[in-house]
Amino acid sequence: MSKDDNRRLMLEKTLKEHKHQESALLEILNKAQEIYGYLDKDLLMDVAGSLNIPPSHVFGVATFYSLFKMRKPGEHIITGCLGTACYVKEVEDIMQAVEREYQVKRGGSTADGKLSLFMTRCIGACAMAPNIVVDDEVIGKATKEIVLERIKQVLGGIKIEAV
Amino acid sequence: MKLSDLQKIAEHELDFQRAYKYRINVCCSSGCVPFGAFKVLKAFEEAVKELGVEKECKVARTGCVGTCSAGPAVVIEPGDYLYQSVTPDKVRQIVRDHIVLGLPVKDMLYGNEAFFKKQHRLVLRNAGKIDPTRIQDYIAMGGYSGIVKCLATMTPQGVIYEISSSGLRGRGGAGFPTGMKWGLVARSHNSPKYLVANLDEGDPGVFANRTLAEADPHAILEGMLIAAYAVGAEKGYIYIRAEYPLAIQTLQKAMAQAKAMSLLSDSVLETPFKFDVELRLGAGAFVAGEETAILASVEGRRAMPRPRPPYPANSGLWGKPTLIQNVETLANIPIIVMNGGSWFAKTGTPKCTGTKCFSLTGNINDPGLIEVPMGTTLREVVFDIGGGVPKNKKFKAVLVGGPSGGCLPETLLELPIDYDSLTKVGAIMGSGGIVVIDDNSCMVDTAKFFTDFCVEESCGKCTPCRAGLARIKEVFDGITRGDGKLEDLTILEKASGYIRDASLCGLGQTAPNPVITTMRYFKDEYLKHIVDKTCPAGKCFKKHKEVK
Repeated sequence: MSKDDNRRLMLEKTLKEHKHQESALLEILNKAQEIYGYLDKDLLMDVAGSLNIPPSHVFGVATFYSLFKMRKPGEHIITGCLGTACYVKEVEDIMQAVEREYQVKRGGSTADGKLSLFMTRCIGACAMAPNIVVDDEVIGKATKEIVLERIKQVLGGIKIEAV
Repeated sequence: MKLSDLQKIAEHELDFQRAYKYRINVCCSSGCVPFGAFKVLKAFEEAVKELGVEKECKVARTGCVGTCSAGPAVVIEPGDYLYQSVTPDKVRQIVRDHIVLGLPVKDMLYGNEAFFKKQHRLVLRNAGKIDPTRIQDYIAMGGYSGIVKCLATMTPQGVIYEISSSGLRGRGGAGFPTGMKWGLVARSHNSPKYLVANLDEGDPGVFANRTLAEADPHAILEGMLIAAYAVGAEKGYIYIRAEYPLAIQTLQKAMAQAKAMSLLSDSVLETPFKFDVELRLGAGAFVAGEETAILASVEGRRAMPRPRPPYPANSGLWGKPTLIQNVETLANIPIIVMNGGSWFAKTGTPKCTGTKCFSLTGNINDPGLIEVPMGTTLREVVFDIGGGVPKNKKFKAVLVGGPSGGCLPETLLELPIDYDSLTKVGAIMGSGGIVVIDDNSCMVDTAKFFTDFCVEESCGKCTPCRAGLARIKEVFDGITRGDGKLEDLTILEKASGYIRDASLCGLGQTAPNPVITTMRYFKDEYLKHIVDKTCPAGKCFKKHKEVK
């Protein structure tokens, strides 16, 4: 509960920073997602109330932009880059290998909630394509073998050293 | 702060830099950071201390050098020795041999000299040379003297005249003459006026704007200041993708520094001119880069375009006159003001002056971020700067202009890169993506990939784009599944034409480009898919079986 209170306080701080302006809705949703991990219905209602705008408007905006997640993601997040350079360098093969290995579809999570698989349009590390992001680590010039091995390590609880 | 103060800062900083014999620039841009750039930076700082050369050797964190495939990249000045793929364990050897003994480590140096030779860096003038987190570095390179010159000696009309005479055209892709746009906003009587810097680089495979923001954020801010002074805007927004955390951080820091020096304030450099900048984060919508959609997004709404007129120059943010410029355009402004429009117009071609940044990627030996004069040929970019396609692969096509650009074949490689030549052959300048495709790729599948992208990113407001692209996607699904019919080609052609002609905004109008150009230049591949049910590159039918 106290953790939740802290989060609410952080959100409140962001709202204040933006003077509860309707025009800062995207910044506020970005921050809310950073704090809570995803945007659920209650959170969106809360934001709508705080900014004094219709919930339909907030829902409309949140669902329009692809970066906003409306469902709770898994413990570990694997993101494949779908940028043009990665496409040309056959990132698709790697994604399919992950899907097969862990029985997970892109956009979804494994049954045990340990792993989510997403696609993102471009992370901008195109010269190192293909890129796969495992949690916060970018794997450049990725291959099936390297990625599957890294996922295995991550699921086994090996912490990734920050760069 | 006054002009003389600025000069003092510059002199002080230059004295400080001259005290060092060597300068080690470690690229800490988004391309190099995931591969350990900050660790390399730390290793250099430790190594120069350990080897006792910290008094003659400055280690600096810089932005992008451009050779993104060879990251982390490190440049040692003087002499611009570029070390590639530097890891912390190589650092000690580099410092010992290069700095202590004066012998560059040859086998670690970047090999392709042509990569830099054919480039002309105006926008990226400071990239990889200055520390983007220090405003003094920018000032030492002559930074902020452009806005000082404007405020001290030029009228807003004078600035607009200079920009017009430079021939600069918008670098966001459409190529609208910048001076003319400024004139429209300046003449608009409504107030307040706004300025929006477009850093919503939504094109997959493009990273030039991000790199600029990470390498030289103050150049963007100075460009904004000058633009705001010229058109009479008091408030600016930088609209940036939330996917660019490092660029956001760098810009935030730069804005704070500029505020502390009263460069962004109610009284810029103690003159009556006031200007303030706020960041606005995007959230993953390609269409938000469109000029009316970006306005909606800055206002906190869904990024949906609206019909023009009224143009943003008359009715933009909250119905007020608004100038929207890409950040690359803005970064050109300070040097035009300092050196004059006619100086700028000497670079490039008569109709397209200056340079253009390109993200050069795909199946190519030396990908990276490049900047070339307008009029450089595609062949020079792909084969000289980019080093051509890797051995045992064959060049097939080059995609110019992002997901709604055109796929051009080898026969068009002599084409000079400028707005008009590209449009003529069915491609666009777009935001400056060049993706090289080799014979491993299927052109039908490539066109399908871009169509899928545009289907996903279409905002759904107008029917030609929403329904038309979905129809094209269906046809592509059929062709790549083995259900293609010859009449599909007619459907693709017709639908592409309708979408191009009838869509509301640039997304829809350019979305069929990959379809049109692949059908024009690679028709044989379509026929093989439809008639022979084979995919020469082995992509299409195989892929589908696997999924089932």
